[in-house]
Amino acid sequence: MNQRLPINSDSKSEHLLHRLYALQQQCLHISPEAIRQVANEFNLPVSQITAVVAFYAFFYQQPCGRYHILFSNCTSCGYLADGENLLLQFSQHLDVAPGKTRLDGLVSLGETSCIGLCDHGAAMLINGLPIIELDANRIEQIAQLIITETPLTNWPTEWFQVNDIVHKQGLMLSENFTVGSSLKRALASSADDLLAIIEESALCGRGGAGFNTAKKWRICQQASGSAHYVVCNADEGEPGTFKDRLLLRSHVEAMFEGMALCAYIIGAEKGFIYLRGEYRYLLPHLQAVLDQYRQLGLLGNHICGDVAFNFDIEIIVGAGAYICGEESALIESLEGKPGIPRVRPPFPVTHGYLGQPTVVNNVETFIAAAQIVLHGSDWFRSVGTEQSTGSKILSVSGDCQLPGIYEYPFGISVQQVLHDCEAKEVQAVQIGGPAGRLIGKEDFNRRISFEDLSTGGSLLIFGKHRDLLTINRNFAHFFAHESCGFCTPCRVGTKLLKNNLDKIADGRGTQQDVVEIKQLSDLIQRHSHCGLGHTAANHMLDSLQHFPQAIEDLTQQVFAPPFALDEAIKDACRITHRDDAVARLK
Amino acid sequence: MDDHTITIDGAEIPFQQGQTIMDAALAAEVYIPHLCHYPGLTPRGNCRLCSVDMGNKSVAACTTAAVAGQQISSDTPALNAARKSITQMLFIEGNHICPSCEKSGNCKLQAMGYYLGMLDEHFPQFYQRREIDASHADILLDRDRCILCDLCVRASREVDGKDVFAIAGRGMDAHLIVNSSTGKLIDSNMAASDLAANICPVGAILIKQEGYQVPIGQRIYDQNMINEVGLQEKAVKKTKQDDD
Ligand SMILES: Cc1cc2nc3c(=O)[nH]c(=O)nc-3n(C[C@H](O)[C@H](O)[C@H](O)COP(=O)(O)O)c2cc1C
Ligand code: SF4
Ligand code: SF4
Ligand code: FES
Repeated sequence: MNQRLPINSDSKSEHLLHRLYALQQQCLHISPEAIRQVANEFNLPVSQITAVVAFYAFFYQQPCGRYHILFSNCTSCGYLADGENLLLQFSQHLDVAPGKTRLDGLVSLGETSCIGLCDHGAAMLINGLPIIELDANRIEQIAQLIITETPLTNWPTEWFQVNDIVHKQGLMLSENFTVGSSLKRALASSADDLLAIIEESALCGRGGAGFNTAKKWRICQQASGSAHYVVCNADEGEPGTFKDRLLLRSHVEAMFEGMALCAYIIGAEKGFIYLRGEYRYLLPHLQAVLDQYRQLGLLGNHICGDVAFNFDIEIIVGAGAYICGEESALIESLEGKPGIPRVRPPFPVTHGYLGQPTVVNNVETFIAAAQIVLHGSDWFRSVGTEQSTGSKILSVSGDCQLPGIYEYPFGISVQQVLHDCEAKEVQAVQIGGPAGRLIGKEDFNRRISFEDLSTGGSLLIFGKHRDLLTINRNFAHFFAHESCGFCTPCRVGTKLLKNNLDKIADGRGTQQDVVEIKQLSDLIQRHSHCGLGHTAANHMLDSLQHFPQAIEDLTQQVFAPPFALDEAIKDACRITHRDDAVARLK
Repeated sequence: MDDHTITIDGAEIPFQQGQTIMDAALAAEVYIPHLCHYPGLTPRGNCRLCSVDMGNKSVAACTTAAVAGQQISSDTPALNAARKSITQMLFIEGNHICPSCEKSGNCKLQAMGYYLGMLDEHFPQFYQRREIDASHADILLDRDRCILCDLCVRASREVDGKDVFAIAGRGMDAHLIVNSSTGKLIDSNMAASDLAANICPVGAILIKQEGYQVPIGQRIYDQNMINEVGLQEKAVKKTKQDDD
C-alpha cells in the first residue's frame, strides 16, 4: 500500500529525515510547499511528510531565527541547573520570548530535553552546535555576538570544545584498540564459533533493558528474511547519559567492528547507526572514520578479502525525539515515519527494519562485543558479577565535584561511585535517568547490576539543598514532552501528572493531589503501550515511597481550585482594562 | 487442556491460529471493552480500553495474539476502574458537548462511560483548541471530539482503498490530519458513503444533512448497552492487505 512504502535507502539517495533537515537549513523552517515538494520527490502521501515534520522537535513549521538557540532543560546540563534562570536572562538580553522567533528573524529561543553535556555545566545548542559552561557572563557575551551578527566561526572556539572527561577507566576504556584488530580476528573464525565466544561472555545489552546479546544475535541469525540488518542505537536520549558521546568520539572504531562482526554472524550486508540529532556535531568524525574503514577494506565489499562478506554502514541522524531510542520506534524512524513504537511481539529481531530480521544494540554493547572477540570471554568475565559480566560505563553528573565518565565492574555500590566523584551531602540519586529509579541514603549500598540497580548509564546526584519536587516536576515535564501520543494512558496521563505537579509547585497542592498522583502513576505504568509509559511514573512513585515528606509538606490544603483563578481571567481583565481590586480574586 | 483454548475470567474459549485475544473473545461472545478496535480492521492498540491482565502484566487484548493456555482476567474491579479512568481521560482531553452533540446516544465514548459507571469527568479539562473542517459538502470533521482512535485512518486505507486521514503531531499535539494538498476534506477524495465517514465512534466525523433523524431516546445506546452492541458488529472486509 502506498503510504506504507518505506524509504528504501538503497533505492533513494537521501533519507527522508536528511532531506527535511537540508530544507530546514535552507529555509529555516519547513513550509507547506516544502512538504508538498518532498511528498512529490519521495512519492509519499503529503500526510506522511506532514506527520513526520510534526513529530520531530527539530523540524519547525514556522521560521526559526538566523541564530536558533535551544537550551537544555536537563537537571544537570539545563538552564536552571545552577540556580539562576539562564534562559530568562538570554530572553531579556535579546528581547525574544521563549518558544518564539524575534520579529526581525535574528534569533529564536527554545528549550530541549537533555543534550548529553551534563559533565560540561549548563549547555545549549546554537544552530545545532553545542556551547558549554554557560553562566550569566557567557550568556551576556553570546547575546552581544548575536546582536552584532558575528558568524559562529568567529566565536571563541573553547566555548564549543566538548571534551572527554574520563575519571575512571576499567576493562574496556583502558584497552588500546588497533584499527581492524577485532574484525580480522573475527573473520578467522566461523560465525558459530564467534557466537559461542559472545555467548560464553554472557554479554547483556548496555542500553538499559539488559537482554542477552548472543541470544538476540542467534534468534536473528536463525530468523528467515530477504535481508538481515544491524542497527546501532546511538540515540542516547535518557537525560543524564553521555557515555555514548564519549564512545562515539573516541572509541568508534571498536563500535564499527562490533557491528561488522554482528553482520558476519547474522548474515547482514547493511547496517545503520541511528545518531540522535543532538549529536549531529559528531557526524564529521564518524564519517571520516567510516571512510577510513572503507579505504582499508574493513567495510564495503569483500571485507578483508573475504569474497562472501559484504557489509557497509549508513548513519541516519534523528531530529529530537526521545522515543526514537526505543528500538521499534527507532526502526519506524529509519523507515521515514514518525517514531511510534510498534506492537511487540513480533520483536525487531524477527520483524525489524522493512519487516526483516534486525539486531538493535547500544553503542557500548557493540564495543564490548568487539573487545570480547579480541580478548576472549574469560577476559570479559574477569570482572562483574555472575549475572552481570564485564564492566559498565557510567555518566555521572549533578551535585558532585567530579562529573564525567566512570567505568566500573558491574556490582559496584552506589556509595563507591558517590565517593569517587566526590559527592557530598547527597540526598538522593537517580539511577538510569528519569525512566530509572530514585533512591535515598538507605539504598546507597545497593549495587549497579542487572540483578539490583540497572542503568543504561545515567547517574544523577541530588544534594541536600535540592528540592526533590522540582526534580519530579522536571521529569514529569520531560515525559509529557516526549510521549509519542499514541496511547491514551501515556498521552493524557503524563500531561495530567505534569499539571498536578505544576499545581502543587504553584502553592495549590491539596491532600487529594497525592492520592491522584499515586493513582495516575499506577495507571500510566501499568496500561501504557511501550517502555516510555511503563517507566514514566517511576520517579514519582519512588519519590512518594522514599521521600514522602517532599510532597506532603506542600499538599496540606483541603481544597484548591485546579487552575489559578486570577491567571484564568487575565485576558478578560486585559481586554476590559480592569486592574482594580474587585477584578482580582485573590 | 485443549491445544486451542485460552481462559478469560475462568471461561475456556476456543481460538484459531492468528486470532488475537479480542478476536477470540468476540467470537465467543465475551465482551472486552474496546474503542479503537473494529472487527476486520488491523488492530492498533492505542485506546487501551481493552487492557486485560495476564500473569502480572497488563496487555491490550486487541493486539495480543491468543496463545494456548493463556490465563486472562478482564472483568475485574481493578481493570474496570482503570478503563473508567482512561475513558475519563478521553473526555477531558477533547471538548465533548454530549447534550448538544448530534452523536449523543449513538456515541461509543458516551456509551462506554455509561457501561463503566462513569458519573463525572474526574480530571480537570484540558480545553484544547482544535480545528473544525466544514469544507466538504457532505461531511463535517470536528476535531474537538476526536479521540485519536485511528479507526477512520484504517477504514479509509484498508476498506475504502483511499488514504484520506493520518494522525500527526507528538504527545498532546497529536491530531487528525487530512491527506490533501490543502489539508482540507474538500480537496480529498472522501465520500459520505466511505466507511471512514461512518466508523467514527464519537461525533468527530458527521454526515451533514441528516442530523437528529432518529430522536434522542431511540438511538443505539438508548436501547442497548455497549457490551451488547459490541458483540453484534460484523467484521468489515479489507480491500487491501495491510503490509505492516
Ligand atoms: C523510551 C525508551 C528509550 C530508549 N532509549 C534508548 C537509547 O537512547 N539508547 C539505547 O541504546 N537504548 C534505548 N532504549 C532501549 C532500546 O529499546 C533497546 O532495548 C536497546 O537499544 C537494545 O540494545 P542493547 O541490548 O544493546 O541494550 C530505550 C527504550 C525505551 C523504552
Ligand atoms: S507509552 Fe507513551 S511513548 Fe509509548 S506508545 Fe504510548 S504514548 Fe507513545
Ligand atoms: S475522527 Fe473519529 S474515527 Fe477518526 S481518529 Fe478521531 S475519533 Fe477516531
Ligand atoms: S481496543 Fe485495544 S487498545 Fe483500543
